[in-house]
Amino acid sequence: MRGRPLLHTSYAQDMALLDTPAKRVSTGLLVLLALGLSVVLADRSLEVLAGAYVLAIGAIGLNIVTGYAGQVSLGHAFFVAIGAYTAAALSGPTGQDVIGYGVAEIWIWLPAAGLVAAAAGVLVAPLATRLRGLYLAIVTLGLVFLGEHVLKEWKALTGGPGVGREAAVPQLLGYRLDQDGPLGTREQVLYLLMLVLLVAFAVAARNLARSRVGRAFAAIRDRDIAAAVMGVPLTRYKVLAFGISSFYAGCAGGLLYSVSGYVEPGSFSLLMSVQFIAMVLIGGVATVSGAIAGALFISLLQPLTRALPSLLPVISADTTQTPNVFQVETVLYGLLIVLFLVFEPRGLFGLWVRARNYWKSWPFSY
Amino acid sequence: MKALLETVIRGLGNGSVYALLALGFVIIYKATRVISFAQPALMLAGAVAVSYLAEVTGFYAAVLLAGLLIAGVALAVERVAIRPMVGRPVFVVAIITLGVDIVVRVVVNAFIGRDVRQVGDPWGFDQVALGPLVVQQRWLAMLAVTAVLVALLFAFFRYTRYGLAMRAAAFDQETALAQGVSVGMVFALSWGLAGFLAAVAGTFVGTGQGIEQGTWVIALKALPAIIVGGLDSLGGAVAGGLVVGVVESLFQSYQGEYAPWLGQNFAVVTPYVVMLVVLLVRPYGLFGTREVERV
Repeated sequence: MRGRPLLHTSYAQDMALLDTPAKRVSTGLLVLLALGLSVVLADRSLEVLAGAYVLAIGAIGLNIVTGYAGQVSLGHAFFVAIGAYTAAALSGPTGQDVIGYGVAEIWIWLPAAGLVAAAAGVLVAPLATRLRGLYLAIVTLGLVFLGEHVLKEWKALTGGPGVGREAAVPQLLGYRLDQDGPLGTREQVLYLLMLVLLVAFAVAARNLARSRVGRAFAAIRDRDIAAAVMGVPLTRYKVLAFGISSFYAGCAGGLLYSVSGYVEPGSFSLLMSVQFIAMVLIGGVATVSGAIAGALFISLLQPLTRALPSLLPVISADTTQTPNVFQVETVLYGLLIVLFLVFEPRGLFGLWVRARNYWKSWPFSY
Repeated sequence: MKALLETVIRGLGNGSVYALLALGFVIIYKATRVISFAQPALMLAGAVAVSYLAEVTGFYAAVLLAGLLIAGVALAVERVAIRPMVGRPVFVVAIITLGVDIVVRVVVNAFIGRDVRQVGDPWGFDQVALGPLVVQQRWLAMLAVTAVLVALLFAFFRYTRYGLAMRAAAFDQETALAQGVSVGMVFALSWGLAGFLAAVAGTFVGTGQGIEQGTWVIALKALPAIIVGGLDSLGGAVAGGLVVGVVESLFQSYQGEYAPWLGQNFAVVTPYVVMLVVLLVRPYGLFGTREVERV
């Protein structure tokens, strides 16, 4: 019996986190590779990757509510904002003109950011349980606009548009993670922190998806009334989906700006929500690895397009000229969303599945 | 009282713009069951087209030409990006329109540049006395044009073959198909109509203050309007648009005085507040049909 692939003799085996030896090996290698990058890459590249990992945490969160539970949310930026400002206010210096409590320890402000955002998600959820599909999409879109207004007006918390405030300070047991130190340069330490957190959040999401809760989410996504008939309490699970998703978004928000060290109320716009949607769709709906791949893809798109002007003289780096890099970048977002949805609805994950199946059945590809 | 009435008329004028956009959303929704997030881009494109055409042909002809042009663009979008997606989940198609919106808007922004473009309207900020009230001419023009367009649209749906086909397809796509209605034609027609309405709405948004790159956000206020009215009700779209416009205008005039703690520019987000309040009471809007739930 041993050594036969995909032969499962127990339910536990069937539901294992990494069910084949190939998955165990490749996941281990990927994590090792990611760790190794912290030594090999230049600080500038590490900063970009660290940001990408944080976005991946946010994308996994959106994937939980939209991919697994099927509740379309265009309001992810709103929850990211709540997390970012909770973290910034907790860790910010006291006695300034913006609210600050001087608690810089990351193990305090990170869960706090997540929990406050989750509370907001739970508050929104009762609306979600009454609404379906596109009605819900538009309501969550409204949240983004209302949130933007509050952030612009609540200057005591956010510093106001154009001014902003310092982001949360990552400090672990008295050790500042955003400064060069014995553990490595500032970028290396932040990179490792984000990598560790991403792995933790990704494993948690995978475990959630294969648990009782995850099965309930999938049932609601596929047909919510049928799920209710089978005894899934719709309200409880929709509230839970929004809560968990917002928790992820809040944590991502708290972390997102500790790399750059600065939060501005204008960042949490509809564009951010659309970017998260793009990550989920381009990566692959309802897969954790897809969400990570999508986040990496979208975040790396920016440095790649920034390099375009030197290759194609037609594209200008100057914003006053047309076509410029920023326009190309925005058009690429739009085009990629359209192209992926039309040609490969399962996203990057689907491309990977196709490649894998080709080699699995090789040379009998029919 | 005089100031209040003037505020209401301004709200009705703005609301009629939302109503035109909302009609576009609802027409597409009824035909294809999808909300087209591409409407803002089409609106902006229409306004920009008018701003260029008006210099050559004069304002009125420019509006008509731009309307037809944008209807053409909408037809092309429908044919290229939406038609292949028939039968796929509505959310996927909605996100595709979001992608289309981004692409079209960047192209249009290249034509706007950094400055404000004037649409060459004959009214500007001119005012006219309406009995004791003094209101801007353009609010009245918007109201009148919207009234005429809405009347024409309702007549179209009521009395023409194509209108009947569209109603049939909206009622039940498969049955309509079996009865010989070309659903593809209905899809195209709905996008074309929505494009035309968006272009007219865009022109009116641009009257007076002109258009710039950020003007597209105004089109999103038509989304609360359709939710308030109900996604699948044409009358609801008009009513929702007017309600949203009047509420916004009232807040613009009086919120600073009576509720300053809400912050400056609160009026901009009032449509979304109205939407949330209505949805808490009626989850399918004021005139929307309640979905029958069955497995």
